[in-house]
Amino acid sequence: MLAFTIRRALQAIGVLLAVGIIAFAMFRFAGDPVNQIVSLDTPAAEREQVRRSLGLDDPVPVQFVRYLAQSIQGDFGVSYQFRQPVSDLLAERMPATLELAICATIFSTVFGVLMGVYSGLRRDSFLTKVFQTVSLVGISLPTFLIGILLIYLFAVTLGWLPSYGRGDTVQIGWWSTGLLTVSGLKALIMPSITLGLFQMTLIMRIVRAEMMEVLRTDYIKFARARGLTTRAIHFGHALKNTLVPVITIVGLQFGSVIAFAIITETVFQWPGMGLLFVQAVQNVDIPIMAAYLMLVALIFVAINLAVDILYTVVDPRLRTTIRQPT
Amino acid sequence: MSVVQPVLSVRDLRVEFVTRRGALKAIDGISFDIAKGEVLGVVGESGAGKSVTGSAVIGLIDPPGRIAGGEILLSGMRIDNLPPEEMRRIRGKRIGMIFQDPLTSLNPLYRVSEQLVETIRTHTNLSSSAARKRAIDLLADVGIPAPERRIDSYPHEFSGGMRQRVVIALALCVEPELIIADEPTTALDVSVQAQIIALLKRLGREHGTAIMLVTHDMGVIAETADRVAVMYAGRIAEIGPVRDVVQNPLHPYAKGLMGAIPSLESAADRLVQIPGSMPRLSAIPPGCPFNPRCPYVFDRCRVERPEPIQQSEHRVACHLYDQSSVRSEAVA
Repeated sequence: MLAFTIRRALQAIGVLLAVGIIAFAMFRFAGDPVNQIVSLDTPAAEREQVRRSLGLDDPVPVQFVRYLAQSIQGDFGVSYQFRQPVSDLLAERMPATLELAICATIFSTVFGVLMGVYSGLRRDSFLTKVFQTVSLVGISLPTFLIGILLIYLFAVTLGWLPSYGRGDTVQIGWWSTGLLTVSGLKALIMPSITLGLFQMTLIMRIVRAEMMEVLRTDYIKFARARGLTTRAIHFGHALKNTLVPVITIVGLQFGSVIAFAIITETVFQWPGMGLLFVQAVQNVDIPIMAAYLMLVALIFVAINLAVDILYTVVDPRLRTTIRQPT
Repeated sequence: MSVVQPVLSVRDLRVEFVTRRGALKAIDGISFDIAKGEVLGVVGESGAGKSVTGSAVIGLIDPPGRIAGGEILLSGMRIDNLPPEEMRRIRGKRIGMIFQDPLTSLNPLYRVSEQLVETIRTHTNLSSSAARKRAIDLLADVGIPAPERRIDSYPHEFSGGMRQRVVIALALCVEPELIIADEPTTALDVSVQAQIIALLKRLGREHGTAIMLVTHDMGVIAETADRVAVMYAGRIAEIGPVRDVVQNPLHPYAKGLMGAIPSLESAADRLVQIPGSMPRLSAIPPGCPFNPRCPYVFDRCRVERPEPIQQSEHRVACHLYDQSSVRSEAVA
C-alpha cells in the first residue's frame, strides 16, 4: 500500500513538472514580459535594469528552475494588471470557487445517486421516465444556456434568487464563506445547479446502468435465496458494488467542475478563480494564467491520487492486487 | 416412508415464460416428492427445466417467468402462492439454495463473517456475537481450517472449493429443511468436486436435510442421490431409485442418457449418443416431446402425451409401458 502510494506520488510529480514546463513556456512565447511591465517610453538601459532585476538575462534552464522553486513556495509572480502577487489574488478568489464546486458536487452526487438507484430499481415507472428526460436535457444543453435559462426563470421572471454575485460573505481567517448568510446561500443555488447538472446526469446514468448490472449478478441472486430483506439487498449489497465507478466519476469530475467553473462563474459573475482567469486571458496577464494552470493541474493530480486510494477502501480485492509486485 | 409427510411435494407444477409470441412452457406439469434426509437428483440436458424447477420451488423465478399452475408444498404447507414477504422469510430459513458458481455467489465487497452474520441475524434473534460464534462453528462444520481466523477474510482470499464450502455454510446457516443445489460442482476442479459432494451428503445426513441436487453430471447423481428424476423438455421422463434408473432405465431417453456414460469395464469404442437435440421451448412437438428422437417411436407418441406410469419403483412417462398401447400395437 505504501509503495503504491509512493509510486503514484512520483507519477503525480512528473505530471506537475510537465505542466510547469508548459506554464513556464507561456512566459517565453507570449511576448517579452519586460514590455508588459515598463511603459512605452522607458529607455533601453532601464529596460535592461528591469530585465536583470527580474533575472530574465539568466540562461533558460536557470530561469525555469527558479520559476519552479518559487512556484513550490507559492510565489507565482506579480499580476500585470493588478500589480499584486498572483498568489494573493488566487487565495482571495479560491474560497468562492471551491465552495461553488463543492456545492455543485454534493448536489450532483446526492441527486445523481438517488435518481440512479430509483430508476435502476423501477425501470418502468413514470418517475424513471421523467428522470431519463431530465438527464437528456442536462447532458445535451450547454452549461451557459442552462445558467441563462435559470436566471431568466428564477431571477428575472420570479425574482426569487439573485442573478449574479455571491451575496454577503463572512470572513473566517483568510477564507471568505457565503455559506453562513441567507443571501450567500441563495446566491449559491443557481450556480451550483448550473455547474452540477451535467455531472448529476452522468452520475445518474452510471448508477442506473451499474445498478441494473449488479442486480443481475449471482451474488444478488444468492442474497435473495438467503432470504435477506429487499432493503439489505438493494442498499447493502447492490449499491455498494456500484460505488467504485461512482467514486471515479465524482472524483475525476470534481477537477473538471473546478475547471468548468469558468463558464458558470462568467454567467453568474461569480467572483472566483474562473472569472479571474477569464479576465487574465482578456488582458494577457500571463502570471495569473500560468498560476491557474498549475493550480488546476495540482487539483486534478491530487484528486486522482485520492480516488485511487479510495478504491482500495471500497473494494478489498484491489488491496491484494496492489500488494503483489507487478 | 409413505406415512411420513415429505419435506417437499411438487404437484403438477407448470412454469411459463410470457413472451411477445405467447407463453412458452418451461415446466409442463411435473410432480415429485422429497422425503426428509433424502437426496433427489434431477438430471437432463441444458434447457430441460432443471434449474427453473429449483427456482420455482424457492420462489425466485425471474420475470417474465411465472408459475402457471400446480402446487408446491413444504412439509405440507403450500408455498407457491405466498405473499413475497412471507416467501422471503422461508428462503434461507427453511429452504437453502446453492448456485453453480462459487466464485460469483459471494458478494466480493463483504467479509465472509459479515455475510454469514447478516444471514443468521435475518432469520434468528441471535446477538451479533452469538451469530458470529455460530458462523465460526458452521465454517468448521463445512471443513474450513482455522475458521476463527479465516472468517474475517474476503471471498477472493479463498480458493474455489473453499468458497463453495462458504456458500454451503451460508445456505445451511439456519438449518433449512430443504437444500436446492443447482449444479454445485460444475464450476469446480474434478478433485474438489468429490469433496464438495461428500460434504453435502454428510451434512444432509447429519441434519436430516432433504436435498434437491440439480446437475447434468450422471456421475455425481449416481454417487450421491437416493432417487433420480430425468427431465426432458420441461417434463419428468422417468423418476425412480438411482440404482434402478442407472442400471435399468426404462424411458428411451433415460436409456440414451445412461448409454452416454463412459464405463471403464466395457471397453466400447463409441459411446451411444442420442440423435438430434432437445426441441426449443417454442417448438415442442405434440404428443411425447421426445418422439422425433426416439428409436421406439410409434403412432400414438406423435399425438398423445404420455402420462407417468408406475412400473415397480419407477414412474415413467412413456407409451411403451402402457399395457393398452402395447396391445393395440400388437393388434396393428
